[in-house]
Amino acid sequence: MNLHPMIAALRKHKAGVVLIALQIAVTLAIVCNAIFIIYARIENVRRPTGLVESDVFLVTQQWVGAPSGDDPASIQKLDAMLREDLNALRALPDVESVAPTNSVPLLPSSWNGSAALKPGTDLRSGNARTTFYFGDEQWLKTLGLHLVAGRDFTAADVTNMGFRANTQPDIVIVTKALADKLFPEANAVGKVIYLNGDSKPTTIIGEVERLQVPSVGSWASSFVWNSTIQPIRLNGNFSRYVVRAKPGRLEAAMRAVPSALYTVSPMRVLDDDSVKSFKDIRAEAYRADIGMAALMGAVCLILLAVTAAGIVGLTSFWVGQRHRQIGVRRALGARKIDILRYFQLENLMIAGIGAVVGVALAVGLNRLLMSKFEMQSMPVYYVLVGLAVVMTLGQIAVFVPARRASNVPPVVATRSV
Amino acid sequence: MLGYYLDLALRSLKRSPGLTTLMILIVGFGVAASMTSYSVFRAVSGDPIPWKSSRLFVPQIDMWGPKGRRDGTNNNEPPDAMDYTDAVAMMREHRAKYQSAMYRVSPSIVPPDASKHPINVGGHAVYSEFFPMLDVPFKFGNAWGADSDAQRAAVIVISDKLNQKLFGGANSIGKTVNIDGKDYRVTGVLDNWSPKPVFYDVVNTGGFTTGQEDVFLPFTRAIDVGMPNDGNTNCAEIPKGSGFVGLQQSSCIWISYMAELDDKAAASAYKDYLDGYFRDQKAAGRFDWPVNNRLRDLPAWLDSEHVVPSDTKISLMVALGLLVACLVNTAGLLLAKFLRRSSEIGVRRALGAPRMAIYMQFLIEAGMVGLTGGVLGLMLTWVGVRCVSWVLPKEIASLAHVDLALLMLTLAVAVLATMLAGLYPTFRASRVQPALQLKTN
Repeated sequence: MNLHPMIAALRKHKAGVVLIALQIAVTLAIVCNAIFIIYARIENVRRPTGLVESDVFLVTQQWVGAPSGDDPASIQKLDAMLREDLNALRALPDVESVAPTNSVPLLPSSWNGSAALKPGTDLRSGNARTTFYFGDEQWLKTLGLHLVAGRDFTAADVTNMGFRANTQPDIVIVTKALADKLFPEANAVGKVIYLNGDSKPTTIIGEVERLQVPSVGSWASSFVWNSTIQPIRLNGNFSRYVVRAKPGRLEAAMRAVPSALYTVSPMRVLDDDSVKSFKDIRAEAYRADIGMAALMGAVCLILLAVTAAGIVGLTSFWVGQRHRQIGVRRALGARKIDILRYFQLENLMIAGIGAVVGVALAVGLNRLLMSKFEMQSMPVYYVLVGLAVVMTLGQIAVFVPARRASNVPPVVATRSV
Repeated sequence: MLGYYLDLALRSLKRSPGLTTLMILIVGFGVAASMTSYSVFRAVSGDPIPWKSSRLFVPQIDMWGPKGRRDGTNNNEPPDAMDYTDAVAMMREHRAKYQSAMYRVSPSIVPPDASKHPINVGGHAVYSEFFPMLDVPFKFGNAWGADSDAQRAAVIVISDKLNQKLFGGANSIGKTVNIDGKDYRVTGVLDNWSPKPVFYDVVNTGGFTTGQEDVFLPFTRAIDVGMPNDGNTNCAEIPKGSGFVGLQQSSCIWISYMAELDDKAAASAYKDYLDGYFRDQKAAGRFDWPVNNRLRDLPAWLDSEHVVPSDTKISLMVALGLLVACLVNTAGLLLAKFLRRSSEIGVRRALGAPRMAIYMQFLIEAGMVGLTGGVLGLMLTWVGVRCVSWVLPKEIASLAHVDLALLMLTLAVAVLATMLAGLYPTFRASRVQPALQLKTN
């Protein structure tokens, strides 16, 4: 088909063409950035923590009137209270296993530091940043972690220390990610590292396949898989227990916890949030991400609908305006399909112009978001997907008025308006 | 004339109900999306204490030096909280009109009724000047006095909510509250005060939190009884001592600090004091790096701490983009609609109507579309603000609300934006050549 008459016709409607092209450009820019945001958030939410998450829940409680000092006697008293709680929880019929912990993945409470190959390195530098988990010999089993090298802690490995003591452990289990970062060449099991810039050596005795750090914030994104597990029961005025219920008995086990703990000692705080399933912890951690994805999705839908409606509206107007010309063309032998193609091709051209501008706008918007917020650079294929989406949308939207145009009977040419 | 134009606009809109409905829907959705995002943005970016924010300052001392910045996250910014040594020294030197060091605590309370289980509360350990500095309103009683700070007295200010829970809302001044097994005498009950963001301690609360602030007790007392901090503790090196006492002797940061400085001169004098303090410490051998302190007023401080979540800003930007797209669209549709009536314009012009009259007529028509779209937008905004509560984090969603100002703004934005979109189509309509139009007919 000769494009020349089409271009000549479009020249008569410069403003309309510019408006549709602009509309498509803005739509393209926003849609591909929104899709990129949605995809990034969904990726974030979908990454596995390394845990077998079903049947796991967390108990957080605070003692009232517990020893507040950190002299050895107070610490041992706190540890005795902690072990009493552990025994009570382990005795519950619906409970598979229990371990003391300081945090779990996706919980907004974390303890972070560094691991280094040399002693006495600065706390803030080191060879890798890492998060610390504190547990006992049942910790790995309770969370369902997968040990890929070395061994698990035994009961004899586990010690206790005050919540704010600053001693480093003799042995640790690390994630494979951290082990590979520290010892890219060799097997990390049996190697010595130095934690938090201390001069005391710590030996790696095992590697777990995967274990996410607690925080899902962007500040932790540089070390999200670097976890170190210490065989230590932490003693403070509060304690956390991670519990695995027997399969399918999660709710029953969760219900039994408060009374079991109150029976051990009533002088403690257990509130609505104290017993929380991992499912709820996950939902809370990612609520903002899922919300943002939903919001962006809604904006995309509204935008695409509005753009489609705009194209339908404006093309309908043009069809109405060119009613007579279409009749003349039909009378001169153009087939219906020719008229349909004409409007489709016209839309393709306008959308093409808009898309070129839109690609530039999309990249610009992405750069702006990158500079102002911690956003990644958008891969090219998002722009291509966006391009395909808006071009297809244009073709679908133009089909209705184009069909109407193709149905204009040739006899119109002979009528005076 | 206005009535006539309104009538004309109404007739014209009625003539093509499909196109009119389309335009109204587009304006409505565009305005509603941007207003919903704006309502969230407004809720989180508002000034929590507008009458005073420019007089409240947060001092920062670079007690870590370059080694504290090795992780490369915060370029050349000094630490955003204080260690115990500096906070207490600055309280002692007392150079501002009002000032308070503070840290977040989360103690437990044993209810007087022995049959009830203990409860956990959130709050802050502060100095007595905290209350007049932040204009904290009291329902009963008052803040404790400076003498209670000095004597490390067991006194407490509780929230209205906690007063309701413990004392059934009665005047509880002089009564005691059992905190972690020790009795504290109530000196004041707050009058429904829970500013969002929690601007006096954004470092430990993150600004927006679902946590309640139920108790305020003397900083000195909390340190005395070893009430541990609940919040962030950041260290540039591992503390030498252990426990809460070890933390107090370390350079770890966990204390927030705020000072009231009533004019520019006071602020610059205070900055000089901070720098002088740093130099004294440097002379004493504590630091070996150049002075790098900050003294930001509250708005600048909230900005530097990124208290407004970036998601909120991104949403607002994207929603404004959506509004622009909607307006471009409306402009296109109005153009189509107006130019379809070229002959009508031709007749009016030929009969002597000046261009201004054409302008008036079509802008009024655009305005009517905007007004109707705005009314639709109002309803959709209302629905939208309701809906954000299930997509946004709880602590933010609860702040977004619909009020008269938002509703008026929605209408105004809808009308003005649509008239703006109608400007070019109107301009084109006013340029219609009457002779040409009359001839072709």
